[in-house]
Amino acid sequence: MAEPMKIRATLQGDVADVRVLMAHPMETGQRKDAAGKLVPLHFIQTITGQLNGKTVFTADVSQAVSRNPVFAFKVKGAKAGDKLSVTWQDNTGDKRTDEVVIRAGS
Amino acid sequence: MHQTRRSVIKAGGAAALLAAFGGALLNPGRAQAAWNKGAFEAKSALDAMRALGLANVEDSKAIDIRAPEIAENGAVVPIDITSNIPGTTSISVFIEKNPFPYTGSFDFSQGAVAYVHLRVKIGESSPVRVVATAGGKHYTSVKEVKVTIGGCGG
Repeated sequence: MAEPMKIRATLQGDVADVRVLMAHPMETGQRKDAAGKLVPLHFIQTITGQLNGKTVFTADVSQAVSRNPVFAFKVKGAKAGDKLSVTWQDNTGDKRTDEVVIRAGS
Repeated sequence: MHQTRRSVIKAGGAAALLAAFGGALLNPGRAQAAWNKGAFEAKSALDAMRALGLANVEDSKAIDIRAPEIAENGAVVPIDITSNIPGTTSISVFIEKNPFPYTGSFDFSQGAVAYVHLRVKIGESSPVRVVATAGGKHYTSVKEVKVTIGGCGG
């Protein structure tokens, strides 16, 4: 089972600044292991960000995204206390969703 | 009793169908419903753009690409992209010298700002091309990123 994401969603004015850290090896299929065998492709393909259940951000990505991917995006019109969830799915069908509550900016 | 059971199954089926279609409706930005395999497997940025239907691309200065001029570690190169073109709904990224240049597309809807931060692997010094889509038109900008190998030179 995939490990939880770290999501931080902070308000700056009426824009929520969302940063996500996902735990994933993001194997390119080109790297060889210690035994000289190719490590098979294993990478996140799709990401969805939802604000209070409405999709605001979607991404389709390739294996060129770095290991333990970090993404950031911004959503206008968000309020403190709104729910922000992020889902990813990889090429093996594994997926993970985590949700946070948007915090007021300091 | 059998009838109740039947109707329950029927209702369940209808709900599943609705969920499937609802998901598609919620996502109008992406014309190709699934992950675009053809574009991701293209060996050149041009072929990938063709597979994505990004034609008649205009140069634009309104796309801000922030990436290091010289990346010390090609395995983790941070890139910040902001499109200042009004009505931008999608941003696509191509690392031209990577084995598979198409790195990803990011779609914005319902208040999301046309901004994304990501961290990518860049095999060798390469132009990073960004295509922004706004109002059915496509705009592009390029930023060169040098990757120093072995931590020296550059």
